Amino acid sequence: MEAIIQQFFNIEIMIKALPLVLKGLGVTLLICAVVIPLGALGGLFAAIASVSKNRAVRWTAIGFVDLFRAIPPLVLLIFIYAGLPFAGIQISPFVAVAVGFFLNNSAYFAEVFRAGILSVPKGQTEAARSTGMTQGQTLFWVTLPQAVRNVLPDLLSNVVEVVKLTSLASVVSLGEMLHAAGLVRSLTYNASPLVLAAGLYLVLLWPLIRLISRFERKIDT
Amino acid sequence: MASTYNEKGTPSSATLSVRALHKSFGVLPVLKGIDLHVQRSEMVFVLGPSGSGKSTMLRCCNLLEEPDSGAILIEGDKLTGPGVDLNKMRQRIGMVFQSFNLYPHLSALGNVTLALRRVLKMPREQAESEAIAALTKVGLSNRAGHFPSQLSGGQQQRVAIARALALKPTVMLFDEPTSALDPELVGDVLDVMRDVKEQGMTMLVVSHEMKFARDAADRVVFMDGGVIVEQGPPEQIFGAPTQERTRTFLSRFHG
Repeated sequence: MEAIIQQFFNIEIMIKALPLVLKGLGVTLLICAVVIPLGALGGLFAAIASVSKNRAVRWTAIGFVDLFRAIPPLVLLIFIYAGLPFAGIQISPFVAVAVGFFLNNSAYFAEVFRAGILSVPKGQTEAARSTGMTQGQTLFWVTLPQAVRNVLPDLLSNVVEVVKLTSLASVVSLGEMLHAAGLVRSLTYNASPLVLAAGLYLVLLWPLIRLISRFERKIDT
Repeated sequence: MASTYNEKGTPSSATLSVRALHKSFGVLPVLKGIDLHVQRSEMVFVLGPSGSGKSTMLRCCNLLEEPDSGAILIEGDKLTGPGVDLNKMRQRIGMVFQSFNLYPHLSALGNVTLALRRVLKMPREQAESEAIAALTKVGLSNRAGHFPSQLSGGQQQRVAIARALALKPTVMLFDEPTSALDPELVGDVLDVMRDVKEQGMTMLVVSHEMKFARDAADRVVFMDGGVIVEQGPPEQIFGAPTQERTRTFLSRFHG
């Protein structure tokens, strides 16, 4: 018992690690702030394209989504960061992470938005079109508001996944929270910084997770 | 032909013309040549067994279903063909659906103002006052802030009528407007339809409300198997139908 506390819940080491881990948290939040809106937007466009009547547009979108859902994000990150320089493209770890997560994230958001769009009854579109609204107006004012509402818990669940996924950025030496915690761990030979990071993830994500279950209950009833 | 059709190819006074309309779903022919002309301020009722093609015919009138051949004309203007702005044409054709199809994320007022603001580009205040006027016509101005889920089926359908009415269409299409309603709510919707007619609206109605058809319709059309079997004033169709198919169909309603 003593050993576990010493090894995982060592307050002294946590306090020492705190400044670096908090700095890492800042980087994590920055990645999220870039990647989540971009991924959601990319996903929305991919979802709209994937229900298009135009076969070429539809299959391009479906191909994109399938491809980036199938590639493990870790491989994608390493490929972008370590592979692109061979093609003469030098990018910073942050840009590599942003691009990699954007591609991965868009694919996942696209599937959620697509499910939302398909959940809106056909009669809604017919009613809107019968009043002279264009396809674009119908999508924007009638279909999407209902689609987003129908899949809101899934969208937020996806956000939670993305926040945790950003820890993969450590493989390209981007100093996000888990990377910082791992650094302190290797200096102190003690796992407590990782527990600290996990605690911060919990503090960060718990309100969001509560919110999701509230929405889910509301939709059930 | 030349003597009965003007240069636009329609009987000169018809508000809505359906000409030689054909439509198949796959190999199944649903409409086998429909010709129907609805005059200004006329209420035409379309009766027929299910599968007779009456709803498909109605949905072809604003191109929710694409006809295989034939033409739809509103006041002589074609709905199909090159250079036709379908969205512009649809503003002239109001449609009321069996399942109401109100937008659940918008209030009654929002349902009526949406097209006024986005299609007609009215400023908010003007759209809202037009919408309140339309809701008043269907007796629901006091429900403007309610969402569809807070309204009864009959109220929802009246909001849907207001939504179509607000665009001041030339003709209104009703696709079984009371079929999804509880019997005690049907009367309110029919009353509103009678008011709309009295204000001079041109209406094409697909419905099973025989009694209402007998009372309010100017003309009754009986469809079966994708063709118009017979048509005439309600007293004739209900009182002395000339076709065997019409008699068979009506006898089931007389019991």
